[in-house]
Amino acid sequence: MQKVIIIGAGLAGLSASVTLAEHGVPCALISLQNSERAQSVLAEGGINAALNTMGENDTVQNHYQDTVKGGVYLADPNAVQNLTYHAPEIVRWLEQLGVPFNMTESDIMLRNFGGQKKKRTAYARSSTGKIIMTALIDEVRKYEVSGLVQRFPHHRFIRLRIADQVCQGVSIQDDYTGEILDFSGTVLLCSGGMNGIFPGMTTGTTQNSGDVTATVFRQGVKLGNLEMLQYHPTTIGISGKRCLVTEAARGEGGRLYIMRNGQKWHFMEEKYPELKNLMPRDVVAREMYFVRRELGGEVFLDMTGLPEITWQKKLSDLRQEIMHYLSSDPRTNPIPVREGIHYFMGGIDTDEFHRTNLENLYAAGECTCQYHGANRLGGNSMLGALYGGRKAAESILQNPAEIRESKTNSEQEKFIPASPVLIQEISQILLSGLGIVRNQKTLETALEKLKQLSCQRTYHFYEQNRLLLAEAMLASALERRESRGAHYREDYPEKNEDFRKTTIAEYAEQIRISFREIPEKRADA
Amino acid sequence: MIKLNLEILRRKSPEDTPHWESYEFSSQDENINLAAALTELNRTLAEPVRWECSCLQKKCGACAMIIENRPRLACDTPLKEFRDKIRIEPLRKFPVIADLIVDRSILFENLKTMQVWFAEEAKTNGSQTAYEASRCLQCGCCLEICPNFFAGGEFAGMAAMVPTTRLLTALPDQQKKELFRAYRKHIYEGCGKSLACREVCPAGIEIDQLLVRSNAVAVWKRKIKHDK
Repeated sequence: MQKVIIIGAGLAGLSASVTLAEHGVPCALISLQNSERAQSVLAEGGINAALNTMGENDTVQNHYQDTVKGGVYLADPNAVQNLTYHAPEIVRWLEQLGVPFNMTESDIMLRNFGGQKKKRTAYARSSTGKIIMTALIDEVRKYEVSGLVQRFPHHRFIRLRIADQVCQGVSIQDDYTGEILDFSGTVLLCSGGMNGIFPGMTTGTTQNSGDVTATVFRQGVKLGNLEMLQYHPTTIGISGKRCLVTEAARGEGGRLYIMRNGQKWHFMEEKYPELKNLMPRDVVAREMYFVRRELGGEVFLDMTGLPEITWQKKLSDLRQEIMHYLSSDPRTNPIPVREGIHYFMGGIDTDEFHRTNLENLYAAGECTCQYHGANRLGGNSMLGALYGGRKAAESILQNPAEIRESKTNSEQEKFIPASPVLIQEISQILLSGLGIVRNQKTLETALEKLKQLSCQRTYHFYEQNRLLLAEAMLASALERRESRGAHYREDYPEKNEDFRKTTIAEYAEQIRISFREIPEKRADA
Repeated sequence: MIKLNLEILRRKSPEDTPHWESYEFSSQDENINLAAALTELNRTLAEPVRWECSCLQKKCGACAMIIENRPRLACDTPLKEFRDKIRIEPLRKFPVIADLIVDRSILFENLKTMQVWFAEEAKTNGSQTAYEASRCLQCGCCLEICPNFFAGGEFAGMAAMVPTTRLLTALPDQQKKELFRAYRKHIYEGCGKSLACREVCPAGIEIDQLLVRSNAVAVWKRKIKHDK
């Protein structure tokens, strides 16, 4: 079978490359930097799977229910069924790759995480992403040496090569030499979330610039649920970015409070007596925003009640991080936390087989709109990337396409980064419209400002793409006249069944927003 | 208020002769680090300084460079540590691509040469050693400071020892002969035990501890003890 082209070497890209290699199919693994620099290494708290090792009678069905409910019923139920059904085997596979998960006496230990009533999150202290990535990078190395995986580090995606409405391959650029290379074959995008659209405002990496998503959108690939930005409740501002304080801090017993009349008010515990501080992230972030707006001051994360053994065995790295950045010991001092952009539930629209609307183009990982609906549960991102990469590879294996070498559509234009000034201007406009709380007026104002900005100067191809993506994000949020998950509209504060649909943004001369029905759950899924 | 000069060794390409450029830099942010400063500086330059970065929180190793003669991560270098100026150069033991970007592919080639992977299923059972050994950033700082490492030599340095140690906690029998041989050749015989690497590791990995354990397994054929 022809070599598959994978863009991105984080968890999704690595998972896909291993699956292909196990079937003897070669791939080109293209990434701007080595896998050690991928955003996946930042994942902290853990990975969800109904392993039921803690004597709580957890089941795959529970995991499924929590995931679709957490996503407020926007996720494809068949895709989520597959994801949660295969989660235990994914985690067991990682264990067999030598991932040193925290263990009970006899098996993998699980911890509590948001939006889930049972312990379901496997972890390696609070550096789970890094530890899993190391094992997966070693596994891929085996196939690099056997020749099945050919890495192209320091290469960036330029554009898709499309002919007759079929993806023929990609053009990439060697960032060291500037040389442009054309590849023919099936393409799998694993290019990560759109952090670079909000520079300095997210917990992610600078590498995930959003350029891939912006470019393929311009080229006709449909995007879904762009309005669904996840604000993580507990982040701290550090030089140049937001730094995540893992949800495991609350999973292990951390409590949120704000001062009210001189007293600590544990608002989450009072308002949500069942899940308390472990409500899904959209709920916690919104409540924090509201109590701060009402009372002023900061919300604090109080971990002073955690036992010493938890700090030693489960959160040692978190404590070091907080001490490093805040010069404060979380064992004795509560820390001020704020919401920060953490995850993009929306992105490249795919079906449950990870096919995009463009034939021969697939997508997996955070760059896609898949599995998480209107809000992602903690612990489901690494699972979605690992399973998604595997599932996409399996789909490619089942639908092999032979692309003949073709000179069409090859434009030898080099990548030009968008100007930092423009990136900042777009970001400010988006933030003014796409905060935790939104309404028609702020969204329309933001759209108007963006249109003015678009007319102000002349922009190159990659800048135009960013402007289009930004417009599609705002337009998606404007059209969804309801509140659901991460999308909260003051002017439409209730959930509306008419909008239990995927927001689809597409570009052909101009941007068009539509809504698509969520698939029915199949009996055999 | 932070105010100092960023002195950067610049070159446009590998063939270009390097030259020092000095840039005045100031920031209201007392806690600003060098990574954020380079980002801000680049907004003002017609020819931005080329450097690699990704996570900005010392978890990815991309932004390793020589800062005042010491290999460090730019994102882990607060400007308030310095007065008047900071001298910034690319790592010296790797081929320079442009400005502060170096080609660190030798790190990954060495891991391929040593066949650092599990040939079959292997559970590490929550091993603390495996955990610590999984934390290596592959940034290259340990190789930069090492008196024994040079690119192209037999000694692969601690950037290879650390990942290899993960394997040694659960190495399948069939791999032992080959990996032990590679370990002896590419790590044990080359290390002069200066342990300068321990001092500069941005991840704070207990390299000396890992080295003792991996030597015990790979050279002296003992088992790793007290590993839970």
